[in-house]
Amino acid sequence: MSRLAALPTKRDEAWRYSDLDAVARVWPVDEPERIVVPAGEARTLNLLQDAGADDVVIRDYRIEIGAGGTFDVHLLNSGGVLGRVTFDVTLARGAHFELKAALIGSDTQTMELITTVTHAEPEATSQQTVRAIAAGRSTTSYLGQIRVARDAQKTDAGQSFKAMLLDRTATANAKPELEIFADDVKCAHGATVGELDKAALFYMASRGLDPAAAQALLLRAFIAGLFDDMADEAERARFDAAALARLEALG
Amino acid sequence: MMLEIENLQAEVGGNLILKGLNLTINAGEIHAIMGPNGAGKSTLSYALGGRPGYEVTGGSATLLGKDLLAMEPHERAAAGLFLGFQYPVEIPGISNVQFLREALNSQRRARGEEPLSAADFLRLAREKAGLLGMDMEMLKRSVNVGFSGGEKKRAEMVHMGILDPTLAILDETDSGLDIDALKTVGAGINAIMRAPDKAVLLITHYQRLLDYVEPDFVHILADGRIVRTGGPELAVALEREGYAEVIAA
Repeated sequence: MSRLAALPTKRDEAWRYSDLDAVARVWPVDEPERIVVPAGEARTLNLLQDAGADDVVIRDYRIEIGAGGTFDVHLLNSGGVLGRVTFDVTLARGAHFELKAALIGSDTQTMELITTVTHAEPEATSQQTVRAIAAGRSTTSYLGQIRVARDAQKTDAGQSFKAMLLDRTATANAKPELEIFADDVKCAHGATVGELDKAALFYMASRGLDPAAAQALLLRAFIAGLFDDMADEAERARFDAAALARLEALG
Repeated sequence: MMLEIENLQAEVGGNLILKGLNLTINAGEIHAIMGPNGAGKSTLSYALGGRPGYEVTGGSATLLGKDLLAMEPHERAAAGLFLGFQYPVEIPGISNVQFLREALNSQRRARGEEPLSAADFLRLAREKAGLLGMDMEMLKRSVNVGFSGGEKKRAEMVHMGILDPTLAILDETDSGLDIDALKTVGAGINAIMRAPDKAVLLITHYQRLLDYVEPDFVHILADGRIVRTGGPELAVALEREGYAEVIAA
């Protein structure tokens, strides 16, 4: 508890891009929620964070995945003045962690995703796919740390981050960080930050789409597929509808 | 009068490309504009379509009496203008069906018409795709992604069929087509656009498309102006003698 008592500062890497004024409003926060996936079992977490405009949301998870277990996360992080979600994941032998996340920010929102994925034992796999859309003066950040322990051979860890900036005043931060102490591992990471394709926007306008509709279509395509593999169809529909409503509001 | 362009001047990147272009197209007519590289052919189509970076610095252009240049690009489409692209743009993640249905309904809303239902739209899309010999499966794929050059041009004509414009400006729709595709596209243009209340402006380098879509008028564009106007025989003369000869004559 004493660690949590002190308000974080920008010197702390995990808080460097955060909105500390907003953090101060809710500090100290609860202990991380602990989720244990027993060996060989599968668990999912669907987190749709669409809090009201003045809310501050900080959600921390500590996840332990047993040997051969899988944990599947779908995250839409788009509400509140600050929306911060962190995952501290530890994988046992042959376990799998899958994260598919969309961060959508506008106005002065700060949307953050911070992950620490520890491959503690051999043959575990992890895949993180993160898409961020930042409009207005918002900030979207993805800090993804992967740690591979000394004897965690045959680790296969992947990270893909793509951000779309809709305004010159918007910010996207990406910080992949790999700590690898084993020698037979595959760790792939990629990060890109771009803008909407101007040629595509004119092409769409020439077919009659107004600028807001064209932008919403391109953004839908940008995050398309993130929620497609959700097993619960009603949940998938809820995520798709929430994302769509958010994207249309950006126009 | 369908399209009336008077003394049109346009710049790209600070360079004057169109230097006082005049052109009148009446309903029911098909016009072809031919000209050497750099004459301003594509600039004309983009200036009329309202592409950012193509700045009109003088003159006027009206479509059915409405000031085209005062409208946003999507408003020009809703007013009846269709631009066929020389290089159609690939849009990953958006299917042709989704794209075209939204585009058509966006136009219909702008004109105060009811949007088309999914079923009615699919019926229309199937009919127009059939006209161009295009499989509906292709229309379910992302816009132009993985399409060959010829498929992109045929897809442009399917777009045109579905959107049903009053005036189509087709920028080098014949480039990248083999003979069979040229015939199909030519027949598509005739089927969709040859009507008393429609008109077409074909922009092309070569005479060969004009074998399938016979123009009423052929114009030669050189250095930002139309320098000669004639009938189909002008295109034949160009093919035989080259631009330099015909422009000098």
